[in-house]
Amino acid sequence: MKRLESIDDLEKLRKAIIGKNKAYIKTVALCGGTGCRAYGSESLKNAFEQALKEHNLSDKVRLIFSGCHGFCEQGPIMIIRPEGIFYSKVTEDHIDLIITETLIKGNIIDSLLYEDPTTGEKMVYEKDIPFYKAQNRIVFGQNGSIDPTNIEDYIAIGGYSALCKVLNGMDPTEIINEIKESGLRGRGGGGFPTWQKWESCRNANGNPKYLVCNCDEGDPGAYMDRSLLEGNPHLVLEGMLIGAYTIGSQEGYIYVRHEYPWAWANAGIAINQAREMGLLGENILGTGFSFDIDIARGGGAFVCGESTALVASLEGRMGEPRDKQHLHTVESGLWEKPTNLNNVETWANVPIIINNGAEWYSKIGTEGSKGTKIFSLVGKVKNTGLVEVPMGISLREIVYDIGGGTPNGTKIKAIQTGGPSGGCIPSSMLDIPVDFDELTKVGSMMGSGGMIVMDEKTCMVDVARYFVKFLKDESCGKCLPCREGLKRMDEILTDIIEGNGSEEQIELLHELALVMKDASLCGLGKTAPNSVLSTLQYFRDEYEAHVIDKKCPAGVCKDLITYSINADACTGCGACKRNCPYEAIEGERRKPHVIILDLCQKCGSCMDVCKFNAVVIS
Amino acid sequence: MEFSMVDAIVDQHGRKPWALISILQDIQEHDGYLSPEVLRRVSERMEIPLTGLYGVATFYKTLKLVPQGKHQITVCSGTACHVRGSNRILDEIKNLLKVEPGETTEDRQFTLNVVNCLGACAIGPVVVIDGKYHGKMSASKVKDLLANFRS
Amino acid sequence: MNSRTEVKTIPVEIDGFQMKVDKGSTILESAHNCGIHIPTMCYLEGLSPYGGCRICSVEVSTDGGKTFRVSASCTYEIHRPIVVKTDTPKIRRIRKMLAELLVASAPNVKLAQDIAARFGINKVRFKMEDNRCILCGLCVRMCHEQMGGKALAFAGRGPEKRVSAPFAIRSEICLNCGGCDSICPGKIIPCQGIKIPGELCGKCIRPDDMPFCCPTGTFGCFCENNPLEIVSQPR
Repeated sequence: MKRLESIDDLEKLRKAIIGKNKAYIKTVALCGGTGCRAYGSESLKNAFEQALKEHNLSDKVRLIFSGCHGFCEQGPIMIIRPEGIFYSKVTEDHIDLIITETLIKGNIIDSLLYEDPTTGEKMVYEKDIPFYKAQNRIVFGQNGSIDPTNIEDYIAIGGYSALCKVLNGMDPTEIINEIKESGLRGRGGGGFPTWQKWESCRNANGNPKYLVCNCDEGDPGAYMDRSLLEGNPHLVLEGMLIGAYTIGSQEGYIYVRHEYPWAWANAGIAINQAREMGLLGENILGTGFSFDIDIARGGGAFVCGESTALVASLEGRMGEPRDKQHLHTVESGLWEKPTNLNNVETWANVPIIINNGAEWYSKIGTEGSKGTKIFSLVGKVKNTGLVEVPMGISLREIVYDIGGGTPNGTKIKAIQTGGPSGGCIPSSMLDIPVDFDELTKVGSMMGSGGMIVMDEKTCMVDVARYFVKFLKDESCGKCLPCREGLKRMDEILTDIIEGNGSEEQIELLHELALVMKDASLCGLGKTAPNSVLSTLQYFRDEYEAHVIDKKCPAGVCKDLITYSINADACTGCGACKRNCPYEAIEGERRKPHVIILDLCQKCGSCMDVCKFNAVVIS
Repeated sequence: MEFSMVDAIVDQHGRKPWALISILQDIQEHDGYLSPEVLRRVSERMEIPLTGLYGVATFYKTLKLVPQGKHQITVCSGTACHVRGSNRILDEIKNLLKVEPGETTEDRQFTLNVVNCLGACAIGPVVVIDGKYHGKMSASKVKDLLANFRS
Repeated sequence: MNSRTEVKTIPVEIDGFQMKVDKGSTILESAHNCGIHIPTMCYLEGLSPYGGCRICSVEVSTDGGKTFRVSASCTYEIHRPIVVKTDTPKIRRIRKMLAELLVASAPNVKLAQDIAARFGINKVRFKMEDNRCILCGLCVRMCHEQMGGKALAFAGRGPEKRVSAPFAIRSEICLNCGGCDSICPGKIIPCQGIKIPGELCGKCIRPDDMPFCCPTGTFGCFCENNPLEIVSQPR
């Protein structure tokens, strides 16, 4: 790869790559995101490559192993351009057919098309699919057009032009102003105005100044940052370069969670390629601006997503947060030097804003929350995946129009947002607009973007305990209210779930929650009680059912439920008996089967395999 | 004791403090865990007080200080998987292997881990064995899955 | 004031009293200097503040008293004018709950008992445990800051957080100074009770029988070699 010595060089290269790509008649983008990989898309890619060679099409058809497309439920996903034909659930068996029918003859293969679950209509083109139609993928959309391990793909779609614009004559104050006008707020959960952070860091005393990209995305169920860093690392690098130029930093770090191997691998490849081309390192594009980035891997600690804990981790210490009272990271962070830490998605928004302008950006979203947000829509929803929507869209639109509602037609009970630090929003509030302030008003928060759909078969007390248990293990353990408080909350919630709870304990839970909110040292402890507080606020009846009636209305809590077989619905097929790991089901063929309660461990295997809905929970 | 591997890894990362976790993880790849001798060597080479290094090694869950089993089973307990019943799968595995998360079976075949979200929520519940993802798991499928690995 | 040293002072209001404090001094120090008492647990003058127990929490306002936030006073360094309240109903509720959590975890530790007594806790609504270490970290700070050793530190995370020498065996660099022992507020001589009728276990008078991992063998909390029987092991 030739080193670029000037902005001109980059533009020339861009034209050359675009020209080179014109030789291809078709481009096939096969999704290489973690979700699709888990479905086997890597071996699919290899097989497809081989098949193209055999058909002598390698010069005419460009195959890209692209970044995550977001529609994980339908993977492996393949998009054929320029038409934009969308094939889902592609397997190796389909390869020959795709090549001969679609690529060569131009025919659509019906069986690979996405079928709208509500209307039954088959959609041919990506742009028509409801899942994508209702989105506004200004940030995430690029993923599907590039191979993240090839910098040329990024350059071809206009990559690094925002950096050129900046280096070509925008001074730091202008850049900060542009970010201010855009209204960009931190996408990691804090929602802090990005321009303010940059300005404070720029004005802070101390040298050198450091830049950090927080990819320690630890909220269970949230994987936006992973898909961005893994699927389009150069977008993040470009954002960091612009930030570094603005703040006056020459050293940056990307802190990636250990559990994201492809994210740090692809980020590493991207950094190396950028260095080779002279887009990172000394004297970038001959402008005298120097900036380089190192990747640090996390060790499996959710608390390291907290900025002061992350800094401690970078310094080679335990990830213990620091009391953030008078001193902020922007003034005293890494090695007590001014440090600007932003989330992956925040960095990714920067080149988009610089390229398109703050005015364009600020037209998207609401008054207090501009731009878009990428959410990971998971749980009891048909279309699981990553969605990018304008701020201000309602929860209802996300869950129904994009998500397609619940898979089995069960009623939605609540939407959990904001990860473990967030809260549960009851279905009665589905029309609230999604933005930073609105979500906080109802007792939840935007957080990093996790959005978990829960239906009537979800026990809210169980949900609260799930999050408390998670945070209990992830707490750094330094401060008393968080460490002891979470331990005791877990104990009380377990008592309630096992049928040993009391009304006094519900009150105690509430009292403890309020103290933890105020007295904890860091954000983890302060927001840890949110799951308990929000479920107590909106689903108190479930708590009371557990302690007063000793019942679990959702049919989840093992100690409060019994499994039985409805004799009327049972056909005696024996599937349940065969699959029961505890040999707790008795019955003869074609006669109704019976569950032996003493042996039943309530694992749910019988329910999973019964085709006649004969297994009942009471 | 031979420390050339440890020294090489430390040097490869330039002895940088932000690479400490990566260094320990790379060293751990070799024996499956970090022995006291290895940690002492790292402490010397990186000039980090042993108490600090021990603190780091015991703080981060991916760092193991006891020998691990032949096969690593990781059950995803992320919220999405949880809502789809990952608890039942975990209970089933606990029952079959007679270990708690973090522990290794007596015959050293399996180590059970629980992780909070692998980011493969669409195919949840997910169980990873030796790096291979198994999606849409259920309690009934567990026995057969584990049988494949018994050697 | 010596014009050459030019120590900057900041105007601060604590519990209604106006005062000028040295820039960089903590709220706790400033309050103590004026005779305003703020209870503490993990704080000891002479050692750096830790901010772990949160019992010294106070309400602080940086906007002249309009809005207040709760902060630990031992670690809050004053760099600009603030208004502080040390004894509001909210603070009392916080301290009471923290004391209740503390004594539920370590009812046999004298300091925990003292704190609970002072805040009027006579009922504990949580399951009682019997931890001998309250994780105040005074031993660690004593070892590192006052004695120049580096034999002890925190290890583990969350509910497994503990004070430990590396690998839970006595550190080779331990100076045997006994500093950790003398500063520990959880000090208990581990009497094993009456073994033979009429005879005490005798550990207190037979230091040679004490395990080697700690200087005078009074710690039960971080050494697995110590034969002290914990009454009810949490977890």
